[in-house]
Amino acid sequence: METVIGLEVHAQLLTRSKMFCGCPTTFGAPPNSQTCPVCQGMPGVLPVVNRRAVELGIRAALAFDCRVNAACRFARKHYYYPDMPKNYQITQYEEPLAEDGHLEIEVDGASRTIGIQRLHLEEDVGKLLHEGTLETAQASLVDYNRSGVPLMETVSRPDLRSAEEAAAYLKAFRAVLVFLGVSNGNMEEGSLRCDANVSLRPRGSRELGTKVEIKNMNSFRSVKQALEFEVRRQAEALAAGERIVQETRLWDADRGYTRAMRSKEYAHDYRYFPEPDLVPLTIDRAWIEEIRAGLPELPRQRRARFVTQYGLPPYDAEILTQSRALAEYFEAAVREFPQPKVVSNWVMSELLRELGADDEQAIRSSPVTPARLAGLLVLIEDGTISGKIAKEVFEKMRRGGEDARAIVGREGLTQVADEAALGRVIDQVLARSPRAIEDYKRGKTAAAKALVGQVMKATGGKANPGIVNRLLEEKLSKI
Amino acid sequence: MITREEVLHIARLARLELSDTELERMREQLNSILTYIDRLRALDVTGVEPTSHAVPLVNVMRDDEVVPPFPQDEMLRNAPDRVGEFFRVPRIIEG
Amino acid sequence: MTGTPIHELTEAYRRSESTPTAATEAFLARIARLDGELGAYLTVTREQALRAAADADARYRAGKPLGPLDGAPLVYKDVLCTRGVTTTCGSRMLEGFVPPYDATVIARLTAAGAVMLGKGNMDEFAMGSSTEHSAFKPTRNPWDLTRVPGGSSGGPAAAVAAGLAAGGLGTDTGGSIRQPAAFCGVVGLKPTYGRVSRYGLVAFGSSLDHIGPFARDVTDAALLLRAIAGADPRDATCLTAPVPDYAAALAPGVQGLRLGLPDEYFIEGMDAEVERTVRTAVDVLRGLGATVERISLPATPHALATYYVIAPAEASSNLARYDGVKYGLRVAGAKDLVEMSSRTRAVGFGAEVKRRIMLGTYVLSSGYYEAYYGRAQKVRTLVRRDFDAAFGRVDLIVAPMTPNVAFKHGEKEDPLSMYLNDVFAVPADMTGLPAISVPCGFSAEGLPIGLQFIGKALDEASVLRAAYAYEQATPWRARRPSPA
Repeated sequence: METVIGLEVHAQLLTRSKMFCGCPTTFGAPPNSQTCPVCQGMPGVLPVVNRRAVELGIRAALAFDCRVNAACRFARKHYYYPDMPKNYQITQYEEPLAEDGHLEIEVDGASRTIGIQRLHLEEDVGKLLHEGTLETAQASLVDYNRSGVPLMETVSRPDLRSAEEAAAYLKAFRAVLVFLGVSNGNMEEGSLRCDANVSLRPRGSRELGTKVEIKNMNSFRSVKQALEFEVRRQAEALAAGERIVQETRLWDADRGYTRAMRSKEYAHDYRYFPEPDLVPLTIDRAWIEEIRAGLPELPRQRRARFVTQYGLPPYDAEILTQSRALAEYFEAAVREFPQPKVVSNWVMSELLRELGADDEQAIRSSPVTPARLAGLLVLIEDGTISGKIAKEVFEKMRRGGEDARAIVGREGLTQVADEAALGRVIDQVLARSPRAIEDYKRGKTAAAKALVGQVMKATGGKANPGIVNRLLEEKLSKI
Repeated sequence: MITREEVLHIARLARLELSDTELERMREQLNSILTYIDRLRALDVTGVEPTSHAVPLVNVMRDDEVVPPFPQDEMLRNAPDRVGEFFRVPRIIEG
Repeated sequence: MTGTPIHELTEAYRRSESTPTAATEAFLARIARLDGELGAYLTVTREQALRAAADADARYRAGKPLGPLDGAPLVYKDVLCTRGVTTTCGSRMLEGFVPPYDATVIARLTAAGAVMLGKGNMDEFAMGSSTEHSAFKPTRNPWDLTRVPGGSSGGPAAAVAAGLAAGGLGTDTGGSIRQPAAFCGVVGLKPTYGRVSRYGLVAFGSSLDHIGPFARDVTDAALLLRAIAGADPRDATCLTAPVPDYAAALAPGVQGLRLGLPDEYFIEGMDAEVERTVRTAVDVLRGLGATVERISLPATPHALATYYVIAPAEASSNLARYDGVKYGLRVAGAKDLVEMSSRTRAVGFGAEVKRRIMLGTYVLSSGYYEAYYGRAQKVRTLVRRDFDAAFGRVDLIVAPMTPNVAFKHGEKEDPLSMYLNDVFAVPADMTGLPAISVPCGFSAEGLPIGLQFIGKALDEASVLRAAYAYEQATPWRARRPSPA
């Protein structure tokens, strides 16, 4: 059987104010403290579209190569739920903001193109807290702070063929949104949410099987596990000759299974009609081009450029383009220290030792600025310090926020390159190592290495290893 | 003609509890009104653009500026049932 | 004092012949004496009114009134949100609901110095043509207490007619300002859709809802319109066109104005007295120098049917929010949320509101959308095209406001016969065109009859100018009812 998955992703747009009113979008504020009559659906209120939300939507649409529709419109979608104060959601239905785009994903080194059917804007609902679980709660509490927060919904085509691909799609999708500043992509805070439609069909069939909607997947791990479970469940059911029921199932992350939503909810009939309180949006070429001009380079474009322009291995380019902040960090450092591979090595091994490649905030505020990293690399380059010492200096820079030269100077970490001084140390080492000299004479080259090690130890690691090697060789040959 | 079952279906969609007598009266009245409305079916509207707004406006938007929200207490004041900072509703799953 | 128009009242304030407080007290006294029988008010904001009047007094004493409405005692239909003052929409559903904000029109009138006397009675959620569908009490017609004042803005219309307010605001979705204005013998103006912000008007049919003034005369209507009109960033459907000084442009008369008299507004079953009175009024206009020609608006017979698809559809959506969760009524003892909401709505809404919610839900439901809502939106285009064509030939349309005079309480039990009462009013709502009803005479029984002018979009000035010319040439505004 072939797995067919389509994903619907909701992303919170990075605006200051809500979709249709001026209330702030602050996360974590006291319940019902970020509302006004508009987002609480009071009698008499009217919505007004947030221009920034539309622009961010167009931004994302361009990044996914969607066709931005010349005219789009908002509609009302009706269903009763207490987290939705008007009992209708203002969304886009027949005339969405954009359609027909795609996103590249990579799984096991192979890349695939996943179609994006549509992209539209809508408002979020409030938050429900159940006294217990939804099923057992005798009452629930409502907080409307989230109500009216701007969302972008993107519906993929049913092009995904495995749970792994679905997870890869979500990751790539998120990376684009974060990179473009369209969303912060925070799944824990609910800024990025994902539902999936899953079905199976005989391999080679063009028809779609009965699809099941999976909800409540709140992390990348959940997406992968939930979809793996659901694919297995459907496969086993079909193998046992059962029919798949079209339904909505919830992923239970604690128990590791999907279960049908227990609901006597009457069949949905959303009764969409054009939102009479809003007028249509017409999006002309000039507006689109203005937004396109303001677009930063996309991760995949930047990745390709890092390989061609800097001669980096694809692996390095992949990691360095995980976030905009990291890519900018790398390029800033290369501008001051034009050896891309060296910079890349240091960024990947040292900078990312303690912070995530997509942690924009931490990267931007790291005390080891690109200029300081470059300064450190210059000290290695001109022989002032060794690579080993440099790693220690990097740690000190991370903690103290000083530049490398200051640390090296203060702590006397400068490499010893004085041949006379090193010669005296080598003589002392040789004087107490007759056995090693014997071994060396008998052809054991490893003995020389041990001697170098002793010299390095005696100099506290500051000896220039090149000079030590040469001097030692000279002295041994004279013995 | 709208049937009793359809009236019931619509009442559920509209979250309206109707008594049996109300249901039957509603069915009769809706039928009478729908019969009147059905005269529209006789009109030829092929190729006619729909009018959803009386005014031909487009692109009315606001800037992304924060306006201070209303005081929490003021927004909760009309709540029929309130617990602390929350609105409270009875059990959501139908019993 | 309670019988004079606003512009005369404020003139008296300026001349120190009266004060806002004296006028407000006179109106409050008259409300206390007469409203028990009339039922025009749902809430009387006595203390607030006296405070506002005292502030206005001080401004006049200082020689610095805010403008032509400073100290004008007004009534606002209870569908307009008033901060800190109960706003019920005539419904049990919103009994005790206190909005935390003012509608834009209320804020503007308050800023212009107007004094709110209270909130006017109305058909529940503005659905009705008789104000019999108020959940709290019916309003009576001051000309004949056995009759209805029209609706849905029957409270404000009756209050202005009976001298319980100097003027007021109503709303018009399918004739709800103009029809009660005609039944009560006052001036009622429905401006162009978008001319006046709807922010704070509790929605019924969002694409059809209009706010407009009730007034003793056309001059007051012009003053009130100017105060409430104009761009509002809170309403995306509000127009930004500059607001002219309507009152200053009333004088030129109708000389040379081309008036269209539509055939479709004289229908079978129409009250012969009404038809005769309106035709006489048209002759008066001719005598004043207007040219009158017959025109045809062929889609008119379909407008009402279209209205009864669009308005209920939008209403079913707008009224979905009344579910007992956030504000207003909640029934006790329900075992779960669905039962709570369904029973709250069953108890909180009256029969007419339920009917329209059901109708609206039906026409939007799966499988029926195209046949009803989709088609109605197209017919709406046909109605608009009729007017576009007519306005290629004429400056204004003149027509009867209603097919009959005020009917008796309980006379129109059948919903459809009630709906048919709005047949001449609905086209202007469907097209958003400005329209006015101005008194043009009385039936043999002494009941007022209204004459309607419909103008081009944003041409309230011509509508007001024609109404003013007619009003000044006729004696009708001098006649006032004497309830009790």
